Amino acid sequence: MRAGLLLGLLLTVVFAGAALISLLWVPYDIEALDIANKIKAPSGAHPLGTDHFGRDILSMIMVGARTSIAVALVAVGIGMGLGVPLGLAAAAHRGSLLDEIIMRGNDLVFAFPSLLIAIMITAVFGPSALNAIIAIGIFNIPVFARLVRGAALSLWTRDFVLAARVAGKGAVRISWEHILPNLTNLLIVQGTIQFSLGILAEAGLSYVGLGAQPPIPSWGRMLADSQTMISFAPHMALFPGLAILLTVLGLNLLGDGLRDRLDPRLRRQAR
Amino acid sequence: MLRYLVRKLVSLALSLLVASAVIFVSLEVVPGDPAAYMLGLNAQEDTLAALREELGLNKGPVARYFSWLTGMASGDFGTSYTYRTPVADMISDRLWISMPLALYALTLSVLIAFPAGIWAASQRGKPADLAVMGVTQLGVAIPNFWFAMLMVLIFAINLRWFSAGGFAGWDNGLLAGLKSLTLPAIALALPQASILTRVMRSALLDTLGEDYIRTARAKGLSRGQALRRHALRNAMIPVLTIIGLQFSFLMAGAIIIENVFFLPGLGQLVFKAISARDLIVVESVVMLLVFAVIVVNFAVDIAYAWVDPRLRGR
Repeated sequence: MRAGLLLGLLLTVVFAGAALISLLWVPYDIEALDIANKIKAPSGAHPLGTDHFGRDILSMIMVGARTSIAVALVAVGIGMGLGVPLGLAAAAHRGSLLDEIIMRGNDLVFAFPSLLIAIMITAVFGPSALNAIIAIGIFNIPVFARLVRGAALSLWTRDFVLAARVAGKGAVRISWEHILPNLTNLLIVQGTIQFSLGILAEAGLSYVGLGAQPPIPSWGRMLADSQTMISFAPHMALFPGLAILLTVLGLNLLGDGLRDRLDPRLRRQAR
Repeated sequence: MLRYLVRKLVSLALSLLVASAVIFVSLEVVPGDPAAYMLGLNAQEDTLAALREELGLNKGPVARYFSWLTGMASGDFGTSYTYRTPVADMISDRLWISMPLALYALTLSVLIAFPAGIWAASQRGKPADLAVMGVTQLGVAIPNFWFAMLMVLIFAINLRWFSAGGFAGWDNGLLAGLKSLTLPAIALALPQASILTRVMRSALLDTLGEDYIRTARAKGLSRGQALRRHALRNAMIPVLTIIGLQFSFLMAGAIIIENVFFLPGLGQLVFKAISARDLIVVESVVMLLVFAVIVVNFAVDIAYAWVDPRLRGR
């Protein structure tokens, strides 16, 4: 679906753009409290209204986008950085003890949802955005390891790999020079999906207080703050939630669209 | 089947052992001296010594790990430092909220996803299919705790059909208890139902290409009949796998959703324990949830080896 890809791209660009612009300019300073203007419904001066400290919600969402994107992006980086080499190694030594250890380790990490990892880290080190990054990052490792192992196994049976082996290349060189380049598309698509899952997970973690701490704005934190005021200030809950929904939707559509474009063979599964 | 079962049981035991070791090391070895950590900076030396004695910290970590394991095996999770009550009792009280919530959500998710997935598959490419796919796309992207807040706003605050939070208690009858879990369960089920609908649909479409479907059509069944009578069974394997995987998300999700509705479940217990630095409680809750996830996935493995004998050899 072309329309889906375009919509996904548009939403992603809007939120990435909002995060980038917030580095240079936001409509209102989010650290300046303006109690006289607290809990104002959307108006010309504040298009999305103000919160219980009189802060402009649009500005908060723009800066919050930075937190979400940074956490999710680094978590994808951790997942790929560790998961891809593990998956490549497991595939290169299929059936060996190493493969077995990597795969069992994967299963083990799968038993720890990122929320539980975050709970354990927070119980020992206290809450922070870094905890959220580590927790989501750890959860991403087996996702990439499994994906890469599966795809690499089928590549290892191909003729060009056989040719490379005959030429005397070792497992590491073959993985790096022949297997990995053929996995790029797959990694881009999965990376987009994990990125969107990371944004959802970060929102959940900061909502329960395990993620970014005040004064760093984050979408989940804004929702937690709005919860007790939802009956008389629904706009405080509405807009940060919409921001999460639209960003995640955009990334999912982008991921699906990219999968269709980059790998027509996968279209069957994309249905 | 017996050999398969034994092999799976051994790997189950190993997984549980390694998982418990990871949890133990993270929460009891990494903090250094758990007693000093739990009491904070201003602790008196004699209080510290007493807590160390109480927690059995005078023994080495390996001995402590094994006494923790054997304790749990006999239902003794230790004593909460902040509440001065056995952790096992605190957990079992709260489990009666979190567990029914997760199961309620799982039931809803299956009840929504099966008909929706089957319908979408039978209407493939038509407007109904596109509509179902569009809704599930939204369902996957929506943060469930935000959806829960919106439901509170609409159904509890504006329409007053439900209470905005809290738990009526099972003592007031099954219905009262279920009613207070209904909004949380819907919120929890929404993303899972969306995922399951998509899996159901694509699993069905995959089986529709098989020869036995063509045979069924050739003997005069309509597309819908062939789908319901023949394709559905064979689509169950991927669907079962996903249901098993979803269980861990439901348990974790329940902890977050409980927060929205002020339900006194495991989530509330664990967050209070974190702020009180009650490591024993955190450790037990995490272990319990990981245990549940590992055992459920073991059960799913067994279930589909039983459904599909071809998988036993793997």
